[in-house]
Amino acid sequence: MSSGGEEGDYVPWIQQFCDLFGHDYFVPVAQEFIEDDFNLTGLSSQVPYYREALYTILDYQVDTIEDVTNGTSNSDKQDLPTKSLLSHSAELLYGLIHARYIISKPGLTAMASKFERNDFGCCPRYYCDGMHLIPCGSTDVPGQETVRLYCPCCNDIYLPSSSRYLNIDGSFFGTTFPGLLIKMFPEIENQCRIRINKVNQNELGLKLFGFRINESSISGPRMKWLRMHPKSIEQRHEFENCELSIPSEDEMDDEDDEDEDDDKTMASED
Amino acid sequence: MTSRNGITEEYHTDSSSDFTEYWIDLFLGIKGHEYFCDIDEDYIRDKFNLTGLNQEVSKLSVLIDILTDIIDIESQPEDQRDALEHNARVLYGLIHARYILTSRGLNKMFEKYRNGDFGYCPRVHCQLHPLLPIGLNDQPRLASVKLYCAKCEDLYNPKSGRHAIIDGAYFGTSFPAMFFQNFPQAIPVHDRKIYTPRVFGFKLHDYSQLSRWRELQRNKLEKSLVQKGIDIYNKPGGFVIDEKEEIKN
Ligand SMILES: [Zn+2]
Ligand SMILES: [Zn+2]
Repeated sequence: MSSGGEEGDYVPWIQQFCDLFGHDYFVPVAQEFIEDDFNLTGLSSQVPYYREALYTILDYQVDTIEDVTNGTSNSDKQDLPTKSLLSHSAELLYGLIHARYIISKPGLTAMASKFERNDFGCCPRYYCDGMHLIPCGSTDVPGQETVRLYCPCCNDIYLPSSSRYLNIDGSFFGTTFPGLLIKMFPEIENQCRIRINKVNQNELGLKLFGFRINESSISGPRMKWLRMHPKSIEQRHEFENCELSIPSEDEMDDEDDEDEDDDKTMASED
Repeated sequence: MTSRNGITEEYHTDSSSDFTEYWIDLFLGIKGHEYFCDIDEDYIRDKFNLTGLNQEVSKLSVLIDILTDIIDIESQPEDQRDALEHNARVLYGLIHARYILTSRGLNKMFEKYRNGDFGYCPRVHCQLHPLLPIGLNDQPRLASVKLYCAKCEDLYNPKSGRHAIIDGAYFGTSFPAMFFQNFPQAIPVHDRKIYTPRVFGFKLHDYSQLSRWRELQRNKLEKSLVQKGIDIYNKPGGFVIDEKEEIKN
């Protein structure tokens, strides 16, 4: 697909971006998605040289200060971005569009095939037995945190194993994507359930010459709750009681939730 | 480089003296062997420490001489060298598992732990807490080495394929527990954060129910520890509890 015509090896900007080192978590955003103004609502205020950045992504010729200096353009130098500023703006804009695209139907589907192909890597946790990871951001604001990986099996987030992803902005994947992916593709939860059922929770924890460390010892187990699943009848019952809040029946020091917005939950679509 | 024993010097005098390499140094220098520490020769030479290992490798005394540079593997019949080298490595690994439970071995492993030689926990909330190697079994050839994070108390696969093929029995099941019995100051303060996926800002219902149930389990644990008179507030073996929360309670 060469729109340049004169050069056979013309590579569209989006393709170039996705081929860059460390950019393999990204999917190419469909041209139609970018061309629909509705999808770009609010982005113009977040990206400097928004118009120029958008044209760059869509492979239109955009003049830069360097072009004027070289005499290849007659535009007014004052309003133009430098080459590096433009390329930074284009990458930022693409990232923000990408975060929106991957929570739209075609984007979600494209990311689901990458997930299936294990493009995002496996959970490093031993008991997750190679469960595939899902990229995400801890915030939707760009420039805050780098990309993280969510494991739907242990419900935790991990740092990518390779340093090549250390400068990939997490907001380019966003906070909503992992939750939406697991809800839209129930097969993912099935894969997790199989793995969770294989693990015997009572077998976990450090041992010294075959003996488990006592709970009241300072090196005793403190984190079992983090990976636990309700399995016994009592646990299932207890779990039912956690539907809206943590029950305080046995005078649990009336511990407050860590997050105030805990009741702001959304029903799952199953 | 210091001499491991007088005899080695004689064996290697024909080659240029600066290039004298001891078996253990060569072994430790192999890529992928970064988790191993240097075992004292006295420990290897003490038969008591090797009790039962003759069932795991044949020609135990020849292998001991190889590890301690009394015998150069090159002086052995050519058709046996590969097997001898292989068995020498297995023997080193199995002795290593015992050695790192001794006071000297633990100290060496503590240095490696401090240097981050075993890598760092990939879990975001563990904030790059250093890991320790652990075996799932004490018998060799059953499972490869795993890494233990004391902050989340969970097991991880080594990142590098070179480490992922090392036998877990060379570190054993007891090592991390022994390590923290010996170095209680290395026991971390645990993090209480739980990640719950959100869609458009709202926590997924079933996932937040699970998070709440897990929080309930933790509350029960905290309560039972406090009842036993254990101080868990921002103490090693306890939990990170921020000031805001403490005031509320
Ligand atoms: Zn996992
Ligand atoms: Zn950890």
